[in-house]
Amino acid sequence: MGLAKRIIPCLDCDNGRVVKGVKFVDIRDAGDPVEIAKRYCDAGADEITFLDITASHEDRATTIHTVEAIAGQVFIPLTVGGGIRTLDDIRTMLNAGADKVAINTAAVQNPEFVRQAAERFGSQCIVVAVDTKQVSALDAAPRWEIFTHGGRKATGIDAIEWVKKMVAFGAGEILLTSMDRDGTKTGFDLALNKAVSSAVQVPIIASGGVGNLQHLVEGVLEGEVDAVLAASIFHFGEYSVQEAKEYMQARGIEVRL
Amino acid sequence: MSKIAVIDYGMGNLHSVAKAVEYVGRELGEVTEVMVTADAEKIAQADRVIFPGVGAIRDCMAEILRLNVDEIVADAMKSKPVLAICVGMQALMQRSEENHGVNCLGFLNGDVRFFGDKLKDAGGARLKVPHMGWNKVKQTQPHPLWRDVPDESRFYFVHSYYVHTQSSQMIAGVTNYGADIVAALADNNIFAVQFHPEKSQTAGLTLLRNFLQWDGAL
Repeated sequence: MGLAKRIIPCLDCDNGRVVKGVKFVDIRDAGDPVEIAKRYCDAGADEITFLDITASHEDRATTIHTVEAIAGQVFIPLTVGGGIRTLDDIRTMLNAGADKVAINTAAVQNPEFVRQAAERFGSQCIVVAVDTKQVSALDAAPRWEIFTHGGRKATGIDAIEWVKKMVAFGAGEILLTSMDRDGTKTGFDLALNKAVSSAVQVPIIASGGVGNLQHLVEGVLEGEVDAVLAASIFHFGEYSVQEAKEYMQARGIEVRL
Repeated sequence: MSKIAVIDYGMGNLHSVAKAVEYVGRELGEVTEVMVTADAEKIAQADRVIFPGVGAIRDCMAEILRLNVDEIVADAMKSKPVLAICVGMQALMQRSEENHGVNCLGFLNGDVRFFGDKLKDAGGARLKVPHMGWNKVKQTQPHPLWRDVPDESRFYFVHSYYVHTQSSQMIAGVTNYGADIVAALADNNIFAVQFHPEKSQTAGLTLLRNFLQWDGAL
């Protein structure tokens, strides 16, 4: 008995509304982020991740306001990502009530930013978000590369090497998204999760592909991750967080109930 | 009217703890003024003091000493209920292994140690560091701050270093991560926790509510 595996509902937000697309396009409206965050918290969510998916300059004030509103009512950890590019961006989000920030594109453009952020604010609040796609041929040993700008831009950087580097620079946690699986409901990329989780000592959050509760179980037992992130299975009422936890517990996974 | 001072020495996110205290104050139906400050005069006027902290101990201690927060905490400990959280608790100890060894305030007997990079559970499985997430806290002595908190409730932890003390009578709660480690210390009017009550939903808010009602006596 000990540390519980975490379930983290993810709110992808565009201009103050929760949305969810398939492979980052075809966006459906899922509602008000504050109401949704509170509902998930009451249902036993272990953390909330808020991703500002447009992160255009004009929407920044809306995002800050939403983070403040969530943090005033939801007393579990809150991670905010999307458009975090400077130490001032981090300070602003922490002041608004975020506990952690997720850094993605800016880390690739300037890896030193992650080191500076961890030194200034502590590794505990620096999550590096990694978007990956498998680039190896079907019959070759699996290899993944990282992508930026919401998955639109290839970098040629090997995902495992990148995660190791980010942890060495001070990342306290890795949010690992499979772009191949995102929105497909076919389950996590288990080989990817296992390879990354065994390569570093910090916790790994699996993301991308959850379509049912068995996928969450597989992520923990086969992907060997510390937390599972999901959006659409919770937003559209297919399953509650409570149901997900009961399902995982019945299969031998330690959860907070 | 109850005044709570959250000591601000520029490290980490104090807004979470301030917001959580304001929330439980409203639930209690009393006017609670929460001051996030390093001003010694304001802190002297507070009824209760919260000493938080996140980040690396070397930078925390440097700011604590630069802003004379050591004297402020020492004064508060003489006369008021004090709740120390996470690195705030670690700063009260004698010394930390973090950052190649840092002298801390030495107000409580004990030191702060690294989990190590080869941490294993009882079954030999590898454990991640930082210890991040919800773990069970076993209450090892009765205390006013545990009121209405069921034993073995889960609280949210995020830390790579933990407190070790020979003064076992101070230990108020333990959690298991590789071994039993200190989750809470109680020493007269001081209560110190390694976990984050402000992020621990119902159990954490109950503990904060108890703190707002605690007179510092056991």
